[in-house]
Amino acid sequence: MIDLNSKVSSSVASVPPSAIRKFFDLASEMQGVISLSIGEPDFVTPWSIREAGINSLVDGYTHYSPNSGYTNAKKAITDYVKRRYGIDYDHNGQCLITVGGSEGLDLAARALINPGDEVIIVEPCFVAYKATVLFSHGVPVIISTRQEDDFKLMAEDLEAAITDKTKYLILGYPGNPTGAVMTMEDLKPIRDVLMKHPDIIVISDELYCELNYVSDEPSSLARFPELKDRVVMINGFSKSYAMTGFRIGYVLGPKELISPMTKIHQYCIMSAPSMSQFAVIEAAANCDEQIKAMRDEYNHRRRVIIKGLNDAGLECFTPSGAFYAFPSIKGLGLSSEDFCEKFLTSKKVAIVPGNAFGESGEDHVRISYAASMENIKTAMERLAEFTDEIRRGIV
Amino acid sequence: MIDDIELLKIIEKDPRISSSDIAVQLGTGVDEVEAEIQRLKDEKIILGYTAEINWQKTYPEKVTALIEVRITPQRNQGFDNIARILSKYDKVSDCFLMSGAFDLLLTYNDDSLKDIAEFVYNKVATSEGVLSTATHFILKKYKSNGIFFEDTTKDDRQAIVL
Repeated sequence: MIDLNSKVSSSVASVPPSAIRKFFDLASEMQGVISLSIGEPDFVTPWSIREAGINSLVDGYTHYSPNSGYTNAKKAITDYVKRRYGIDYDHNGQCLITVGGSEGLDLAARALINPGDEVIIVEPCFVAYKATVLFSHGVPVIISTRQEDDFKLMAEDLEAAITDKTKYLILGYPGNPTGAVMTMEDLKPIRDVLMKHPDIIVISDELYCELNYVSDEPSSLARFPELKDRVVMINGFSKSYAMTGFRIGYVLGPKELISPMTKIHQYCIMSAPSMSQFAVIEAAANCDEQIKAMRDEYNHRRRVIIKGLNDAGLECFTPSGAFYAFPSIKGLGLSSEDFCEKFLTSKKVAIVPGNAFGESGEDHVRISYAASMENIKTAMERLAEFTDEIRRGIV
Repeated sequence: MIDDIELLKIIEKDPRISSSDIAVQLGTGVDEVEAEIQRLKDEKIILGYTAEINWQKTYPEKVTALIEVRITPQRNQGFDNIARILSKYDKVSDCFLMSGAFDLLLTYNDDSLKDIAEFVYNKVATSEGVLSTATHFILKKYKSNGIFFEDTTKDDRQAIVL
């Protein structure tokens, strides 16, 4: 009998299955669970965006688009980035429309990595960073950020991680799972380190760029003119525009890097969904007001979450972006997985153990506030009860 | 410093929200919120709080009509005098001055079509300055004041998504 397991490529086999699979199964079997574990907006996509997608179907746009995307969709994207970031990209050659931001991460890894190349990953972070590097036979070099630094990347840690094998750095701010933001001021020391290492590429994941509660202006290493030519911006509409199911994102950068990424995309994906590209034209051009309304609502919930964590006596740095809080549970005597499992079974609230996002996430839990205010308030009351029971030795 | 627009949007969305909840959401103190709400009331910016009720479910006899009214503006008074008079009727819930083919739009609620018809021909049509009226009855409400009457949205997200 053939051993099918042995046929799986070693690069895929080397990536462990999701650490929270068991937890996921448990949560999905229980009834009446309040989930603050979800990494996607609870808002339905604004109607005008949905309507634009529907109209494209009515008008018969049901075919492949050009590989890199429809020209007017790419133009809408580069216009949006010019308007929001003040950065110029040529929609013809420096822009590729992808199937979500995730495809961009995969394309970057496959386009850039030779076996053995090192990629610097700043943890705790989105789980796909490490996996895409491993799938492409790269070597992840992990930098662990710290709560006392507000989970920002520190220049000295970056300097220490760089070797002559470093191919690129992946940076994801505003961050999942921490909610950390790096302002342009915070990014200056990082730019200075990178200027000393002119061969290192930057992959800047900016999916949460519009969900920033401390600054109206998105921050990005691509905004430094001296770095722009080696930064690939990965961005999309899933988080800021509540468009996760549309599976649409984009990458922007120098032609020399966008071109090989487009080559892979052309062979493996062909083109991003046409309907979603029509939706993007509407989203990028006409929806600033709806985006602001969602951001304001997240901001209100963020403050309710912070108060809830304080009431529960959990230490948490103030998250400034995305829709996550990442409090510490240190000192309660439970691992992050045990904490989440017991919280789920005893209080019926699902949150995610921090170690799912890298070892440095241990002793933390990720709480998503992409949930209704009512659910957030109830969940925070239950969290306060739960931590009190732990402290009194009941749990 | 409280952003008035942000505060008003919170209250508009949930008029029953407590001052302490507003304070948390805005990251400010309860006293500041209460003082600001009082100021907004004093300046007649917050005029009142209403509930959106689906009367069709519990009181189906209740009828709502939109009444278009064409009027002759009065010297020195324009449309205001007659608009104020028509607004005084308890069952008139809205009275707007409109651009376009007619001048005033009234929303009127009563127990039957007959009652509404009586109001139109006894009270509105006979008022001084009224040239004509057109009455439209609401058959079914789908959305009112931003609230859906048949909300079919559901949370279909997976329980855990990284």
